[in-house]
Amino acid sequence: MNLSRKWLNEFVKIDVSDREFAEAMTLSGSKVEGTTDLGAEISNVVVGRILSMERHPDSDHMWVCQLDVGQDEPVQIVTGAWNIHEGDLVPVALHNSTLPGGKKITKGKLRGVMSNGMLCSLSELGLDERDFPYGVITAAALLNDYKPIDPAKPSIPADVQPGHKIFGPVVAAKVKEVNAAENGAWACTLSYAEQDGPTAAIVKTPCQNIHVGDMVAYDTKTGAICTLADLHAEQKEFPHCINDGIFVLQEDCKPGDDIKPVTGLDDHVVEFEITPNRPDCLSVIGLVREVSATFDVPYNLHEPVVRGGGPGVLPELLDVETPASDLVPRYTARMVRNVKIAPSPKWMRERLRAMGIRPINNIVDITNYVMLEYGQPMHAFDYRYVNGGKIIVRRAEEGEKLTTLDGKEHTLTANHLVIADEGRAVGLAGIMGGLNSEIVADTVDVVFESACFDGTCIRKGALALGMRTEASAKFEKGLDPMNTLPAVNRACELVELLGAGEVVDGVIDILNNVPQPWTVTMDPERVNALLGTDIDPVDMYCLLERVNILTKEKDFPNGPAEVVIPSWRGDVRRLADLAEEVARFHGYNNIPNTLMRGQTTQGGYSPVQKLENKLGELCRTCGYSEIITYSFISPTAYDKILWGREDFHRKSFKILNPLGEDTSIMRTTTLPSMLEVLARNYNNRNKSAWLYELGRIYMPGGEDHGLAIEAKILTLGAYGSGMDFFTMKGAVEALMKGIRAKDVSFEACTEDASYHPGRCAYVYSGSDIVGVFGQVHPQAAKNFGVDGELYCAELSFDELLIAHGPDPEYVPLPKFPAVTRDIAVVCGEDVTVGALESAIRKGAKGLLKDVTLFDIYRGKNIGEGKKSVAFSLTLRADDRSLTGEEADEDVKSILEALEKDCGAVLR
Amino acid sequence: MKEQLAKIRAEALSAFESVRDSAALDELRVKYLGKKGELTAVLKQMGRLSAEERPAMGQLANEVRAALEGALDAASEKLEAAALEMKLRAETVDVTIPGRQVQVGHRHPMNTALEEIKEIFIGMGFTILDGPEVELAELNFDRLNAEEGHPSRDWSDTFYFDEDSRVMLRSQTSPMQVRAMDSMELPIRILAPGRVYRKDEVDATHSPMFHQVEGMVIDRNVTMADLKGTLNLLAEELFGKGTVTRFRPHHFPFTEPSCEMDVQCHKCGGKGCPTCKGEGWIELLGAGMIHPRVLEMAGIDPDQWSGWAFGIGLERTALRRFKIADMRLIFENDIRFLEQF
Repeated sequence: MNLSRKWLNEFVKIDVSDREFAEAMTLSGSKVEGTTDLGAEISNVVVGRILSMERHPDSDHMWVCQLDVGQDEPVQIVTGAWNIHEGDLVPVALHNSTLPGGKKITKGKLRGVMSNGMLCSLSELGLDERDFPYGVITAAALLNDYKPIDPAKPSIPADVQPGHKIFGPVVAAKVKEVNAAENGAWACTLSYAEQDGPTAAIVKTPCQNIHVGDMVAYDTKTGAICTLADLHAEQKEFPHCINDGIFVLQEDCKPGDDIKPVTGLDDHVVEFEITPNRPDCLSVIGLVREVSATFDVPYNLHEPVVRGGGPGVLPELLDVETPASDLVPRYTARMVRNVKIAPSPKWMRERLRAMGIRPINNIVDITNYVMLEYGQPMHAFDYRYVNGGKIIVRRAEEGEKLTTLDGKEHTLTANHLVIADEGRAVGLAGIMGGLNSEIVADTVDVVFESACFDGTCIRKGALALGMRTEASAKFEKGLDPMNTLPAVNRACELVELLGAGEVVDGVIDILNNVPQPWTVTMDPERVNALLGTDIDPVDMYCLLERVNILTKEKDFPNGPAEVVIPSWRGDVRRLADLAEEVARFHGYNNIPNTLMRGQTTQGGYSPVQKLENKLGELCRTCGYSEIITYSFISPTAYDKILWGREDFHRKSFKILNPLGEDTSIMRTTTLPSMLEVLARNYNNRNKSAWLYELGRIYMPGGEDHGLAIEAKILTLGAYGSGMDFFTMKGAVEALMKGIRAKDVSFEACTEDASYHPGRCAYVYSGSDIVGVFGQVHPQAAKNFGVDGELYCAELSFDELLIAHGPDPEYVPLPKFPAVTRDIAVVCGEDVTVGALESAIRKGAKGLLKDVTLFDIYRGKNIGEGKKSVAFSLTLRADDRSLTGEEADEDVKSILEALEKDCGAVLR
Repeated sequence: MKEQLAKIRAEALSAFESVRDSAALDELRVKYLGKKGELTAVLKQMGRLSAEERPAMGQLANEVRAALEGALDAASEKLEAAALEMKLRAETVDVTIPGRQVQVGHRHPMNTALEEIKEIFIGMGFTILDGPEVELAELNFDRLNAEEGHPSRDWSDTFYFDEDSRVMLRSQTSPMQVRAMDSMELPIRILAPGRVYRKDEVDATHSPMFHQVEGMVIDRNVTMADLKGTLNLLAEELFGKGTVTRFRPHHFPFTEPSCEMDVQCHKCGGKGCPTCKGEGWIELLGAGMIHPRVLEMAGIDPDQWSGWAFGIGLERTALRRFKIADMRLIFENDIRFLEQF
């Protein structure tokens, strides 16, 4: 919501800098997003009167002007514009002036002639024709500016003389005299020779670029001076006859005046962020109330006064019915007859522009002006298209069609509310008017509608049609039904003020559902208790009074009392709301800062959170860095990790309104997220990346009202820096050891499609699979754009939680020395180290404390299809020093088991 | 004999003094103190002495032996010290050669910021709570007083899983307030961090998925002053002692009064600069006193209990905490980025 400070000052005088203003408003709850000084970039630009104009001695199109700029001496300025005349008031950028866009103007010579500044166009001041409709420039085609496209074949001879026929009734004519006529037009005395008839004429023209001595094309039939369009000429044929030029002022001003107040660029605009609970602040008047309360300065609102007396009797002209009364709490309308559509006055255009609204014409501008001032959307429609003089506010019929003002045709449903006459819809209530009843140039009678519609109905209707408008955005927040009458009266008052039409006496005002004023019990003691303050009760009532929340009692009470809430404060319903009002104007920053008292609670981490922390710590200790990835993925991610078409894990939560396909389903695996990050690092040419994430997957089938089963997965992913299957396995082992998992074992996994079938394993704790890890299938890696080896592990957090061992218990350190024996056995290639280890443990007779693999050897001396595997065995007894014989006996038994179970023999 | 002893003593002491290595020292030991050494040779002559002379000469001989042995030990120690010094000198390394690399993993900066926040609140008796991200609109909106028609419920703002807008991706961690009220005994102090989702396109300051931390207290006589005091503490822990904050009114459906807390811009100290968009302040979090309606819907009597709640965006906090320029870096997870923290 933009606010013009000039407009604001009409109701409440606040004279502080934009910054102070913004700070104060922000701290009282109306957050200021920014402030703009409309004329900040303009300096040293004044009004000048052209005293004389002479053609530049060395240019065919420039003029040397002498200007009165309110100084002792005239100022000389050279300009290339042709639309100015002696006596004109124009904006003059003097030497060392600035213009919008950071432009700096200094004096200098133009083709040898000194120019002490620049005359400005509308756009050079940051304005356009909508701000100053009279600033439109129309150029005549000056024959002395003619440049043939093909010099060999000119359409107009270079030596064209007055009276020469151009084509048809159009002849060349010399300008003898130029005088200002009414409404910015010019009267030119032309001289031309014609065989039969007069040779001179006085012609009125809107073209501003005509000066004495120019040669123009005169249409003897229409009596008009021809423009480029009239001659069907191209711009390049008349390079200087352009519809642009200096902004010739028609304002009440004099030479030397600062241009900013003259053009309305002296205003400052404040942009507010208005929270959805305060639709009343989406208006100048609403903000006036907040400003008044913030600065504790009284405000004066204007009471609209309508003279009325327009022809006719309202009840005979217009009838309104609201069959959909549940959706129309209030419908107010007035009529204006014999309207004269014209541009609205400068002050109104300036204010609209400051608030970010484009001026159109007086009637439309009035509706916008009232919407900005009162926050009440207004609609004006052409009475002649209301057949039967009857307005019916009803639900649309299924399939009913309506073309709105933006030219789009809509097919409606019974959920839409329409404004209709007896035969058809003429507007989409609260959203946009219909094209069939639009205000046009020849509109004579106008109906002003100022209504209150049901917010939910308007919101849903606008949403269904995909057309949220300024009006619908206001209605959907819920407007104050008490506002419709003053708003429509204000519109009629403005019509009279602008002389835009005659207001018919009387108002149509249908009140279907207007709420009664409500009260809330104010309890100062409880407010202090909630805020932690010690504000005097009388002061509290005083603060509430600032926002029109009043007690019925004569003096401010010292204790609880009923207060009446103003109709526009639908957000104030109970004591907490009053507490906020008190706090806002007492100042949030004046509330003390204390720490909590009360019963102590035992905080901290749950066992689950402790394990999460522990796992993160272990991963980092192992050299893995933490990542955070999106929980939503593309459905194609499952293809990329090579899951089968029918894999039931593909069944995912699907977002119905995703940002894009890539983020449209909730992942049921973390693997694609990890692979994507690995690939990104790989493609960023990072030599190595070891990463982990403790993230969620989202499985359908949750029992809690159809929510997801959100399971956590610890995902490791890595490449480079010595990463291979066993490096990854080392990390998995370290994690399992770190959480003191019992009975950890590994088993080859060949069926996980995402992994290399020969380099993938399950990790077990007891008989439960904790997870899977290994080399990512080269095809899957390729699908992510990686041609190197990627390694991943996916461990179920829930399983890790189950595997998680109890707190450690001290085991006494060994008192007696251990005996180590190294053995190397030869066995078949297909015998796994795991099987050999099992055999060793099985064969031991209770002295074996540790088995460590230290070598695997293959070679000619071992034999084809065989390998030699070497272990270091640690044997110890807890109660004595072992003798060599005892150790040998155990080793012997171990070797027997190896041979029996695995066919492995001592090398 | 006396002269002989004096001569041996003088010669030996001088020889021990000037010896250069342990082999030479051993030779000298044998020469003077060995079984066939000079001193022994002299002592062998003792028998020839008279009984009167013998004790005095014996004492003298012992004194000489003691002196020689003492000198021998000293010389030996000296040599050992010199040898050690030589050895250490030979072992000198170039300390500027880089150490052997130990690969240490790094915590993601956002979780570092989260960890800091958790620690502060655990110290104040808060329990850390975890909850679902696929959430019921009832908990995310209705129970938080954001009724049908609230703009945040729009399909343009929130992700939904069904046409009835019943199941959604939570748009805030605030439904954890409701879950806590429904499942915990009063009084309650909880901190609930987690992922939240809003329909924002990715840019330098937005992401469709981000993280929030929700904090809530319900107790008897909880005040807005407590809320302010606690949040000031949080700001100081995160951004350093003396961090200046301000509170300004705002609106959330589930708190009343509601506020937002700003911290003074670290770049300009409040004067206004591009970092703070000229305002001098940077928005940090939203908070307020729990709306009595929200308490009532959870079956808690607002006349007996009051509470406050806050929600802080973690990404933006981490961005500010570590002066990270672009939120996209958080989710890109480039190892060169991660290793900086």
